[in-house]
Amino acid sequence: MTATGTTDGGGAARTAGTFAPRPGAAPLSRMIRAQALLETKMLLRNGEQLLLTVIIPTLLLVLFSAVDIVDTGEGKAVDFLAPGILALAVLSTAFTGQAIATGFERRYGVLKRLAASPLPRWALMTAKTCSVLVTEILQVVLLTVIAFALGWSPHGNPLSVVLLLVLGTAAFSGLGLLMAGTLKAEATLAAANLVFLLLLVGGGVIVPLDKFPDAAQSVLGLLPISALSDGLRDVLQHGAGVPWADLGILAVWAVLGLGAAAKFFRWE
Amino acid sequence: MRSASSGDTPRTPGRPPAVEVTGLVKRYGTKTAVDGLDLRVEAGSVTAVLGPNGAGKTTTVEICEGYRRPDAGTVRVLGLDPVADAAALRPRIGVMLQSGGVYAGARAEEMLRHTAGLHAHPVDVDLLMDRLGLGSCGRTHYRRLSGGQQQRLALAMAVVGRPELVFLDEPTAGLDPQARHATWDLVRELRADGVSTVLTTHFMDEAEQLADDVAIIDGGRVIAQGSPEELCKGGAENTLRFTGRPGLDLNALLKALPAESAAAELTPGTYRVTGTIDPQLLATVASWCAQHGVLPDAIAVERHTLEDVFLELTGKELRS
Repeated sequence: MTATGTTDGGGAARTAGTFAPRPGAAPLSRMIRAQALLETKMLLRNGEQLLLTVIIPTLLLVLFSAVDIVDTGEGKAVDFLAPGILALAVLSTAFTGQAIATGFERRYGVLKRLAASPLPRWALMTAKTCSVLVTEILQVVLLTVIAFALGWSPHGNPLSVVLLLVLGTAAFSGLGLLMAGTLKAEATLAAANLVFLLLLVGGGVIVPLDKFPDAAQSVLGLLPISALSDGLRDVLQHGAGVPWADLGILAVWAVLGLGAAAKFFRWE
Repeated sequence: MRSASSGDTPRTPGRPPAVEVTGLVKRYGTKTAVDGLDLRVEAGSVTAVLGPNGAGKTTTVEICEGYRRPDAGTVRVLGLDPVADAAALRPRIGVMLQSGGVYAGARAEEMLRHTAGLHAHPVDVDLLMDRLGLGSCGRTHYRRLSGGQQQRLALAMAVVGRPELVFLDEPTAGLDPQARHATWDLVRELRADGVSTVLTTHFMDEAEQLADDVAIIDGGRVIAQGSPEELCKGGAENTLRFTGRPGLDLNALLKALPAESAAAELTPGTYRVTGTIDPQLLATVASWCAQHGVLPDAIAVERHTLEDVFLELTGKELRS
């Protein structure tokens, strides 16, 4: 360390050597932590994102549990709805929220500017994933508390639930980043919201898939949201072990989505 | 160890060049944006890349920053290949994009602190905010900052990591005079501290004020490079203008002037004398005026500016 704090002879305000080159990257762990924290803050500060990730899932859970709008089959409505709403929470954060945020980061040159910073790309993606996971944890805690207040009695192995949530996150992240990295920001905004709405209705989140015609069911059942809500329901409502079929569907979507995103994502 | 920041010329020709570009070619589809460009930026210098819109300035700078791959030619930045050695190079350079680069919902100070946090030995954030006149808007969201404040935040982000080399892409576009001078002062300070700077600009006065070297780019090539003085020297002080009564007979004046001189009435009442403008010639013109009972008004020896050089070389106005 050299002392650089000598002031100019003329008593000028500036300290000589303020900008004397001393380059270097911060430690990786510190960069990733700071980036994840910033991205999470940006998300929680954004009203539209909160609407999507917190308010809509909460309202749907409360409304459909309290009022008998949809026939959710035997048992308490909340036992059917809570797993579906948890799947919706993952969809809203990993897919819709991430796609819209990343789309606008790309549009506003944030990704471009970060590409010239010491933060490597893989570290940026790691930070984004951490930010998504932190948001999901907050969502799961909030929705679980509300569901318990509504009389939810979950079953099953928590590890199976975690496995489903993680694979679901991977599948939706891949698809969300694929959209954000290939479409214009406005197109991503519109398409991500539309997909959110369609999957909300047709993915077994609040409407049981068996309400649809047989032919439609077999197709809808292959959607990542259906696999996630169905798998979560098998475990949490029916106490099933490891829902391999649903995990398999999610794994295929994750590989396809992340692979395509890695191949087609454009940073500018 | 650091080089002394005192003294007038911190340029150290002994150091390897900060940027060395040879025969650079970049095409977008059928359009050739950069067409065999050579550029050398001495370590510790301020180099201005000057040119009209579409000349290839930004493409060249962005290739140096590692954003694009050249189609031909070699590029070395701090001795490294900007694409292949990106991981090693990135911490050592500072980049100011022409626009954007900040989360719309981030506060000014929050974003600068974050950028500082990606570096090992950043500049003090409070000091930098203060220096660039951003002290009062630290808590303002980026999208609510004025254009000039956004520019200065981007500049602060480029220098906060204490880089060896900064790339500033039109750093004062859209700034008011006060903010422009704050930016200029910062660039001078970078130079005094031994940082190499490459800046692109439309502004002649900016290049004249700041740059050790100016590279004039047009049609994807460097058409002239040198210090502002060198570039202006070619035609310096070879024109004298004055105004007087319209329709003066210039033949008598021409007879009195040295052989290689010329004189013309440009517009009624505006006269131009070209040749070697020395005190003797000035005296000849003045005595000729006296003989003709003309009071020469607005008599001026014209200094050749970078603006003139640019216009002569490219046939274009800088700002379109």
